[in-house]
Amino acid sequence: MKVSSMAEMMMNGESPDILFWVGCAGSFDQRAQKITKAFASILQKTGIRFAILGKEEACTGDPARRSGNEFLFQMMAYNNIQVLNGYGIKKIVTTCPHCFNTLKNEYPELGGNYEVIHHTTLLQQLIDEGKIKMKEGGSFKGKRITYHDSCYLGRANDIYEAPRKVLETLDAELVEMKRCRSKGLCCGAGGAQMFKEEEKGDTRINWDRTSEALETGSAFIASACPFCNTMLTDGVKKNEKEAGVAVLDIAELVAASME
Amino acid sequence: MAIFQQIAFILVSIAAIFLFAKKAGQIRRNILLGRDTVPAGESGERWRNVLLLAFGQKKMFRNPLVAVMHFIIYAGFIIINIEVLEIGLDGVFGTHRLFAGPLGFLYSWLINSFEFLAVGVLTVCIIFLIRRNVLKIRRFLSKDLNGWPRSDANYILLTEIILMSLFLLLNASDTLLQQRGVGHFGTHLTGNFAFSSILHPLLNGAGNETLEAIERTCWWLHILGIFAFLNYLPYSKHLHIILAFPNAYYAPVEPEGKMHNMPDIQKEVLYAMQPELAPTGDAAAAPHGKFGAKDVADLNWKNLLDAYSCTECGRCSAACPANITGKLLSPRKIMMSTRDRLEEVGRNINANKQFNDDGKSLLHDYITEEELRACTTCNACVEECPVSISPLDIILQLRRYLVMEESNAPQEWNTMFSSIENNFAPWKFSPDDRDQWTMD
Repeated sequence: MKVSSMAEMMMNGESPDILFWVGCAGSFDQRAQKITKAFASILQKTGIRFAILGKEEACTGDPARRSGNEFLFQMMAYNNIQVLNGYGIKKIVTTCPHCFNTLKNEYPELGGNYEVIHHTTLLQQLIDEGKIKMKEGGSFKGKRITYHDSCYLGRANDIYEAPRKVLETLDAELVEMKRCRSKGLCCGAGGAQMFKEEEKGDTRINWDRTSEALETGSAFIASACPFCNTMLTDGVKKNEKEAGVAVLDIAELVAASME
Repeated sequence: MAIFQQIAFILVSIAAIFLFAKKAGQIRRNILLGRDTVPAGESGERWRNVLLLAFGQKKMFRNPLVAVMHFIIYAGFIIINIEVLEIGLDGVFGTHRLFAGPLGFLYSWLINSFEFLAVGVLTVCIIFLIRRNVLKIRRFLSKDLNGWPRSDANYILLTEIILMSLFLLLNASDTLLQQRGVGHFGTHLTGNFAFSSILHPLLNGAGNETLEAIERTCWWLHILGIFAFLNYLPYSKHLHIILAFPNAYYAPVEPEGKMHNMPDIQKEVLYAMQPELAPTGDAAAAPHGKFGAKDVADLNWKNLLDAYSCTECGRCSAACPANITGKLLSPRKIMMSTRDRLEEVGRNINANKQFNDDGKSLLHDYITEEELRACTTCNACVEECPVSISPLDIILQLRRYLVMEESNAPQEWNTMFSSIENNFAPWKFSPDDRDQWTMD
């Protein structure tokens, strides 16, 4: 897949409409790479001129900050803002709610001011503008889908409707879990938990959440965060349901349903 | 006789208000031990929060049935205070039902509506006692509440039941004395009231003197009860009835996902990267404060106001993914620990005129690493809190202290830190492979 980096665009004297901030999971995690590719393919199909930072992108510092390492966070933020401002970036889209939250809410007071949107919001806009058209009788028509709210998208940034509106265009049967929207249960990965073993308890958070998702009888669990995706996929495996239930990102669902 | 009652009433009022003011002053002092913080956002948005969250109890309505019941107690409490105003003035001037004359027929209507509220409050308090003690509701069964907190909650409900019963009995004996035309009662004819008249058959057998004694006793117990309750508040979880209002005003109006910046560290990093910007001489030698929070005085005053505003309802812990799955963390306990420690520090200051190091701290002695490590920063606790408390903000500041001052992090986090530092990602991948996905 040919994706331009900012450095290449700069060299050709071009500037993108939007910067795609891929994030660490989207760049390195094999499962999340598929989400990245699905989203990049949507951008290409809709003719949006986008670029990535490529090798110049670095962790936003979210897990460092939330685990308590403010020094490391500030170092990452400083370097990222230098790079972003150096390229004169105005608008950023990201497939990771954690990157989204940090770039949107925490970089401005450090000197990084950009219009930051999450990919689910961009997808909704593209659908509204008619730039994304779904196939008639797409692969998810009539299938039962439940959407898992990411904490950093939902409670942290009040984005509940965009992912749901995108899912509605799939002609699927959308069912909600009891704990949804602002009451949504965390997948267990936030606050740098992704990078350590859970503290001892009666059960794992992702098992609890996945059981709730499975109780809806959905064939697909839709996520909007690469970390949620990992946690729920593990939960589905724990329940030995991977044959009948798939955890897919909203971008993957759209990419598979587009004309 | 009447003059003795007046003098006694005035002395009791002064004592009750003085004691309350003294304790309130200490609480204010304790809250201001916290670091200064400037609430972000405009005052318009803050006032909106006061109206919606505090007056309107918007968050309570996430559970509509409980919200309506709670609203009855709240409305009853506020509106019946008009009656308390009359009781206070009667007490000072030795009058009886001072407002009855000027308000005319409106007066009977008012007292009647107070009786409806009183019966409403009484009923809901009984239901709440059952909810707390009989029904198996997880957040009330929690070990967070073992000991004093559980008793505290029951004492509050019982006190309200007693106060409301006294109010009804007071009206019942008063209206009966009116009917019998006894002394000054005969000159303040209000007519019977909706609920207290039901009590008349109970009192009919009593003679006029007994009835007067009952009326006086109820009047005194009611007002003494209110004064006692006022002075109980600062020691109780019930303080939320006052602090919920300022706490809603000072609640952050930014997105919940945004963490507080640390300008000290921002500057240090900036000077490390651009040494030419670093100050020289005295300014460079200026010592910085602690990084993160170890004890209550390292938190900001909003965190401490939060601690005093908490009414230990446990909605936070009931929504906390860590708590739900049996981890040690309970956001409610974070708030209770913060208040307990702050009260301890306050008592230390009362005794020594200043804080004498007692070798204890909020971190470790009250809140353990294991609790802090279980948090997923999901903001469920913040979202649930009806009175705009953020347990998360305290957790994150304590985490900062653990990592930056104690270098105390799980090994996996240290690995993550070094990966971010050296490989610019939380995993140990080569930064050169970051765009590898575009190649396949």
